[in-house]
Amino acid sequence: MTASIIVSIYIFVLAIFVGFEVITKVPPLLHTPLMSGSNAISGITIVGALISAGAGHSGLSTVLGTLAVICATINVVGGFLVTDRMLEMFKPAKKGTSQP
Amino acid sequence: MSTVTNLVYLLAAVLFIFGLKNLSSPRTARRGNALAMLGMLLAIVITLFDKQILDFTHIIIGLIIGGAIGVYAAKTVQMTAMPQMVALFNGFGGAASALVAYAEYVRLSGPPGMDVLITMVLSVLIGTVTFFGSLVAFAKLQGIIRGAPIVLPLHHVVNGFLLLVALGLGGLFVFDAPQGAFLLAVVVASTMLGILSVIPIGGADMPVVISLLNSYSGMAAAATGFVLSNSVLIVSGALVGASGLILTEIMCKAMNRSLANVLFGAVGTDGGGAVAGERRPVTEYTPEDAAMVLESAQSIIIVPGYGLAVAQAQHVLHELATILMERGATVRYAIHPVAGRMPGHMNVLLAEANVPYDMIYDMDQINEDFQNTDVALVVGANDVINPAARYKKDSPLYGMPILNVDKARSVMIIKRSLSPGFAGVDNELFYDPKTMMVFGDAKKVLTELVHELKG
Repeated sequence: MTASIIVSIYIFVLAIFVGFEVITKVPPLLHTPLMSGSNAISGITIVGALISAGAGHSGLSTVLGTLAVICATINVVGGFLVTDRMLEMFKPAKKGTSQP
Repeated sequence: MSTVTNLVYLLAAVLFIFGLKNLSSPRTARRGNALAMLGMLLAIVITLFDKQILDFTHIIIGLIIGGAIGVYAAKTVQMTAMPQMVALFNGFGGAASALVAYAEYVRLSGPPGMDVLITMVLSVLIGTVTFFGSLVAFAKLQGIIRGAPIVLPLHHVVNGFLLLVALGLGGLFVFDAPQGAFLLAVVVASTMLGILSVIPIGGADMPVVISLLNSYSGMAAAATGFVLSNSVLIVSGALVGASGLILTEIMCKAMNRSLANVLFGAVGTDGGGAVAGERRPVTEYTPEDAAMVLESAQSIIIVPGYGLAVAQAQHVLHELATILMERGATVRYAIHPVAGRMPGHMNVLLAEANVPYDMIYDMDQINEDFQNTDVALVVGANDVINPAARYKKDSPLYGMPILNVDKARSVMIIKRSLSPGFAGVDNELFYDPKTMMVFGDAKKVLTELVHELKG
């Protein structure tokens, strides 16, 4: 066990606690956008994928990296856009008007 | 990794946390999503400056293909199809994590530390399970394969065995020799595990499965973060992992079932089964009669379910609600946590139909009010209003918290037939003297109701 892995484990555990604190406050109303939005965040693997695809090590690692960039980009772009599309629709009642 | 890169990654992680924090209210949620987007953009841009990147050709190809698919899917998906879309995006996230870990193995220079090898195996395993599990969930929700549980002989034994095989091969990879064959074998075993662990789970249990897969995709990203010693991956992965776990727990609680029971119980039918036993009389109403009842109601609570999504009837439902409100009635919507096929599914549909979110109530907020309500109007929901959940100990629904629709002064149920819900259990409420059954497709019946009330 190197020192860096211990630091990584610290970061991981503390981030889980932050996640629990922040996400328990999300109301059921927004659970679907929460899911698609957090989904997009998990596409952060893209930063690893970019390096694998661009480092030009071997044919195989470039192919795997390029596939990873495609998958991660779908995840990131699709996830954030669809979340925005949903959140745009959530509106409070306007007084005096019933329907647009 | 340079100091600047690391600091930008930290900023990205902070933006993700702020983004999720802003999701605590519908007023700030959109801004929150934008903050998370900004964080992602910063992380991507700073990575492109990394000295390890020598050739941008493949990166550009990947970004263009992935971006085009992502934009197209996000812009064209219907709100009713959101559960399968989220499942699919999720799967791609898992696949990306597994691919990055595998690519990292391929380009290893020199003997890696044991910690790197362990996390590599975990990343490949979890990522692959996420991808194939999500594909199966997508296929089930999209109707490509049937929604009912598909159970093989000794299914759970096989799954347990596969997990052991995957971990055993991973162990060989880590402790014996980091050979490609072992890692490839881990991929094969986790592929089968991903498919076989989702295939026995039925339609209405999907909210749990999707939440869990969401959590897995986070865990896979975190594991990849360990492989790359990249803190932003670890933080983001942990956040998503925690989010998925919380949703999983909420969904399980809302069905009063343990996670193990959902994953291994293989509960449910396709929802189209015939009613067992003799037919009992029900009170059937035509849309004209139903319109008269609604006309004289002072207070109405609408209970939507998955059937609303299937019939795409959310817009006409709200048109009806608007007419009733204009006539002076109080109209509210009551949402059960597991209504639909993913957490919050109904809320998104109603938002699409321009229902203001302050008309929408969670089960806990509104359950006491049913007893003072003239009409509980149920559209396409069944198991979540089945009173058997309260008293019938041998029912698969027993103990599940339900919406107290049966406490309302009268109940109106719009439904295609008397067929039981997903759990395959007959619903007592259909035969209650105060229940009016209006048979037909939800969209058609609601359109007729609107027509009657307008005329």
